[in-house]
Amino acid sequence: MRQSQFEQRYRPQWERLETSLTALEARRRPQASALTDFTADYQSLCHQLALARERGYSLALQEYLNDLMLRAHRQLYRYRTPLLPGLVAFFTGGFPRAVRYQWRWHLVSTLCFVLSAGLVWAMILHDPELVHTVVGPQQVAELEEMYHPELRDVSGRDRQDDVMMFGYYIYNNIGIAFRTFAGGLLLGVGALVAMLFNGSFFGAAAGHLTLAGAAQPFFTFVIAHGAPELTAIFLAGGAGLRMGWAVLAPGSWRRVDALRRAAGECLPVMYGVFALLVLAAFIEAFWSSRELAPQIKYGVGAACWALLALYLLFAGRQRRRQGGRHGPE
Amino acid sequence: MRIDDQLHIDTPEGARLTLSLAGPLPRALAYGIDLAIRGLALALVAIPLMLFGRGGMGLYLVMLFLMEWFYPVLFEALWQGRTPGKRMMGLAVVHGNGAPLGFNGSLVRNLLRTADLFPMFYLTGFVVMLITRRSQRLGDLAADTLVIHTPPARPARPHQDGDSEAPDWPLSRDDQLVLLAFTDRGARLSAERQEELAALAYPELAPAAAREKLQRVARHVLGGA
Repeated sequence: MRQSQFEQRYRPQWERLETSLTALEARRRPQASALTDFTADYQSLCHQLALARERGYSLALQEYLNDLMLRAHRQLYRYRTPLLPGLVAFFTGGFPRAVRYQWRWHLVSTLCFVLSAGLVWAMILHDPELVHTVVGPQQVAELEEMYHPELRDVSGRDRQDDVMMFGYYIYNNIGIAFRTFAGGLLLGVGALVAMLFNGSFFGAAAGHLTLAGAAQPFFTFVIAHGAPELTAIFLAGGAGLRMGWAVLAPGSWRRVDALRRAAGECLPVMYGVFALLVLAAFIEAFWSSRELAPQIKYGVGAACWALLALYLLFAGRQRRRQGGRHGPE
Repeated sequence: MRIDDQLHIDTPEGARLTLSLAGPLPRALAYGIDLAIRGLALALVAIPLMLFGRGGMGLYLVMLFLMEWFYPVLFEALWQGRTPGKRMMGLAVVHGNGAPLGFNGSLVRNLLRTADLFPMFYLTGFVVMLITRRSQRLGDLAADTLVIHTPPARPARPHQDGDSEAPDWPLSRDDQLVLLAFTDRGARLSAERQEELAALAYPELAPAAAREKLQRVARHVLGGA
């Protein structure tokens, strides 16, 4: 077939494809009939491009077909998932499942935090001067000012401060969680250091404030938002360790493939971490700062921890199908 | 073997995508432009927010967080893999198989930015880009993404006047590309250099005649069979 005949025969098809491409690229929804033709047109376009190359038709034609093919390829392989159903499925099951799937790593990261916190706490109760090895003098002063019953001044606090602290918690805490996760990629060291450092700091603050007689203001303040906040930090650390381990010990995978797989597993956890920290910032800014009876604050705090633990442990579990995994009785 | 930054991907449909990978320098410049845009935007937001006192300060911190972490994610996911800086530098992020970037891929590569930053000035990311085959930083490796030069719109070739002549050998695709390059770049070459090149095709002719003949053949190829 001569090139002119070839062009004459297929030109209308190419023009139809161009019309629906223009619509798709402008994110308008083309007519349903155009969409039905789209994949068929794309397939025959690929075929025609191969023919044009094989038969040595002019380069101008080859380039035109090649560009058209590239545009169609971009549209056909675009990922676009509906947002709302995805979000619902994520919070009712996807997130806790992703956490449980990597429970070992989250356990390791939690232990790093809890053990270092406990150790530093015990050391400070034993020798109060040790607080200065972990926390700088200015931070000690700030801690005392925030929580000590005689030093702190709560009378001036209003809505404005709540909003300001909310912004601060978003900026600071979510940044820390994201950085902890990314630090894990450096062979896990970054995540490990972050967990040990944050654990030590928490232990030092708790130990020092206990000795200073400010235990009650401190714990009534942190207990409620601590549930989502500390959990989120543990999860970010665990996900970071998982990434580092994929690089260190990829098993039977290529390192880069192991890394991709780990990133795919960690991504839902990080979405969850983000959501938990936004929740924590709300609680911390608008609830934790309220002056209420300690019993109420401890009660609400305990409820937060229990609900979160139940959610992460049990939400989204699928009932095992009868005879599914065990085989016939 | 060809040594260049072109990456060829064969799609399942039998078509071939040619991507040209972007190296550290254009990417660093794009990052610098983005940094300036972010700084400017934050400054513009800060001025009205100052009127709202400490509450405004809180909103500003939320903005700072969004700018730091979600500026690249949102632009890349919603704007065909391009932040404003990348657009100015003619860059785009795509998946390793040439498919457009989605939200998840963009989030992974941008969350892991901190690892590439370590210890300062993107040193880790720079070294990793130099030693990986497709110049990817750590975040790109984990998300399986590439930064490519967006192909410029193909310039329309000016119509060549003059008579044409069918080639006296069967033209392969590579031959056609060479002839095309010869016409495209001819204007920038001296007449002597053109004759030298044409002599490679027609060693039996005098250089000037060889050049005339090769130009006629090239016009034939451009005009179509």
